[in-house]
Amino acid sequence: MTVAVALDAPDDFEGWRDAARRLLMAGVSPDMASWRVKGDAGDLFADGDALPDPAPGAPVPRVSAKFLQLAKSALLHTEIERFSLLYGLLFRLQDNPRLMDDATDPAVRRIEQLARTVRRDIHKMRAFVRFREVVEPDGSERFVSWFEPEHHILRANASFFVRRFTQMHWSILTPQGAIHWDGTTLCEGPPARKEDAPAGDPVEALWGKYYASIFNPARLKVGAMLKEMPRKYWKNMPEAALIPGLVAGAQAREARMIEAGASATPGELQPETLEVVAKAIQACRRCPIGCNGTRAVAGEGPKSAVLMIVGEQPGDHEEQQGRPFIGPAGQLLRSHLNDTEIDLNGTYVTNAVKHFKFSPRGKARLHQTPTAGEIDHCRWWLESERALVRPRLVVALGASAARGLLGKTVSVQKERGQPRLLEDGSELWITTHPSYLLRLQDEARSVEEQRFADDLRRVSERRTDLTR
Amino acid sequence: MTQKTVMERLAILADAAKYDASCASSGTTKRSSAGGKGIGSTEGMGICHAYAPDGRCISLLKILLTNHCIFDCHYCINRKSSNTPRARFTPQEVVDLTLAFYRRNYIEGLFLSSGIVKSAGHTMEQLIEVARILREEHDFRGYIHLKTIPEADPGLVAQAGLYADRVSINVELPTVAGLTRLAPDKSATQIEGAMGSIGSAIVENRDARKRFKSAPKFAPAGQSTQMIVGADAASDADIVTRAGTLYDRFSLRRVYYSAFSPIPDASAVLPLRRPPLMREHRLYQSDWLIRFYGYAPADVGRAADEAGMLPLDIDPKLAWALKFRDDFPVDVNRAPRERLLRVPGLGVRAVNAVLSARRQRRLRLEDVARLTVSIAKLRPFIVTADWSPTLLTDRANLRALVAPIKAEQLELFAA
Repeated sequence: MTVAVALDAPDDFEGWRDAARRLLMAGVSPDMASWRVKGDAGDLFADGDALPDPAPGAPVPRVSAKFLQLAKSALLHTEIERFSLLYGLLFRLQDNPRLMDDATDPAVRRIEQLARTVRRDIHKMRAFVRFREVVEPDGSERFVSWFEPEHHILRANASFFVRRFTQMHWSILTPQGAIHWDGTTLCEGPPARKEDAPAGDPVEALWGKYYASIFNPARLKVGAMLKEMPRKYWKNMPEAALIPGLVAGAQAREARMIEAGASATPGELQPETLEVVAKAIQACRRCPIGCNGTRAVAGEGPKSAVLMIVGEQPGDHEEQQGRPFIGPAGQLLRSHLNDTEIDLNGTYVTNAVKHFKFSPRGKARLHQTPTAGEIDHCRWWLESERALVRPRLVVALGASAARGLLGKTVSVQKERGQPRLLEDGSELWITTHPSYLLRLQDEARSVEEQRFADDLRRVSERRTDLTR
Repeated sequence: MTQKTVMERLAILADAAKYDASCASSGTTKRSSAGGKGIGSTEGMGICHAYAPDGRCISLLKILLTNHCIFDCHYCINRKSSNTPRARFTPQEVVDLTLAFYRRNYIEGLFLSSGIVKSAGHTMEQLIEVARILREEHDFRGYIHLKTIPEADPGLVAQAGLYADRVSINVELPTVAGLTRLAPDKSATQIEGAMGSIGSAIVENRDARKRFKSAPKFAPAGQSTQMIVGADAASDADIVTRAGTLYDRFSLRRVYYSAFSPIPDASAVLPLRRPPLMREHRLYQSDWLIRFYGYAPADVGRAADEAGMLPLDIDPKLAWALKFRDDFPVDVNRAPRERLLRVPGLGVRAVNAVLSARRQRRLRLEDVARLTVSIAKLRPFIVTADWSPTLLTDRANLRALVAPIKAEQLELFAA
């Protein structure tokens, strides 16, 4: 004859354990016991059978702590068969106490899977419960959450929230029941509806902003997100409403990039010849200066020059003729070089920035200093030129050129007069830009011109040393 | 200019923080808010309170105190010369945000970092002030991760460890040459010096707590660091070796790898293309092999090709097995734990199950199949009671048999 056992609640572990112990002692085999929860729909025998008396002299059943721990979790699963699966395993353990160590046994595996699912549900509840603040009639604040757990984990999980929010008043409402905490005692309530919980909380807008901002659209991995945060949880998480928009935005960004791809950057590899550099800079649109419609000005000089002179950017004249250092500042540089042994024809001359940045003033185009960001963008080209020419000496005219070579802004006045070693072993000499001299008047100009000439003289001497 | 709202600043300062990979809230001591006057608990295991569509866990409120910065590191969106919008929070504003989020169960705590304003010392003081207010004035017992500034006074760094669960300093780039080139204001010696002093403070504190129960806890969740992958020329073997050294020398809990991500307004010294995200994944897998599977960094290096790069299409464990076929097949009924851990397709959990199950009886292929995802991929590498892979490990096409079907990795954002 079968024994029908009725448990008080779907998560009634104590009830299950007491009943299982009695059944074992009476020698009831697993197929002769049926299990259900009192009050479940269609349950005509609400109270179940009386548990049979123990067989005379039957030993008190013993079981490993490992089984009990697993059973406590597995029993919270919604699987209807869980009580009898557990009793079945418990029954077999009496003859084979080490069965629990055999993870390849189908029954052990099944129970382990149930327990794992429940533990995950418990963990996800701790993660995905969202409280909303309400002010109670007495003026105190309470934090209320609506959550729909998949398994019977509410009671088992209450202590976590007590430990975490001891000083807060809070309630967690679920379709299976509710728990309330007032700072000292935990009490249970009847099943609740979503409408019983508050509909919103002003802090959610901030949280949504945070969620959207911490997302990196360049690494869209929707699958990885869904694996850990399946859609079933989304309905009670305020930030989840943003997901479709964020994904669509990232995909649109992706489409734009594919579209722009055809005319985009020339690729990862550094250009192989100076001719390629000269051609490719015409198409460079990596910064706003590149997009202003002017002609880019390439460097000039022998491929194997010992000395490279770097200016800031092409000016009005340079842009019109497409050659570097031919405007007033270039003329001044040339005249100073005539006093040294440096031959401009044997020197590679170029600029830190390849396009002309200006602001229109009537018919004139007034020079504008490039920003640090623009110089950094253009460093790609300058480095390509350096890699191809491999000069042993580099002269930077002014702070922009120095930044183009060093990657950081330095003070020209502090740096001038002595060389700095660049990564490839070449020497960098920093001095002022000749256009600075052009802006000075009278005595200041003659002082600065003298210093400029001194700097160039040192470079010239150094060049002679190196080429001797 | 009008002051930006908290919402606007949160957007800027969270956006600026998203290039830090870590969001872990695990590994600290167990605490609860019982008996206190505030809120917060930690349970050892971290909790991810949400996942963003990039698949990353959101466990902490991860923001910068400010993204103004006097440094000019090329890979960083907050570098001085970048024209990104700037904002700053006061310490009190960060405290209020953290508590408001924590009360609603959005987060496990705070991960605070900052651009460097005025000086390294001043910045560090501001970061510590946030942690101090949370801990002392609000008795906050949740998780705090402070990014420390290597250039700051060691006394300040030590103070940070008293409030924070975890402190971290980013080594940023795997090679010193890379650091000099891309982070001209930083110094490898200084970074390692600071990591070293945190490391020894952690060790000393652990020792002190053994003898004096009342000794204050210092960074109970240890220290971690982050390396940017693919911004310089370092190979996978270089990176893994470097990580191995860091784990050894500074008793680090974690090394994070962050594939250099195309940042808006990028500096042109950086490569134009970002490395495939898969490369970052393979490095994490190697890291796992070193921490949990008993591989030495050199073992992982040997799984790489001549250029020191790990294959992208198969995981490093399989790559190692395919290279050292003489070590296989492994008899699941006899082999010691460390040999079982080398079998591709057998994880730590499966190995533990095999070890305890084989004490009961001799395992057959179907038994092992129940413990793993794919027995077909595992089969060439093992011997069971009823199975032995005749010559399978010598087959030239073994790789094709066990390698996953190649799905082209999407490289849609290569900027």
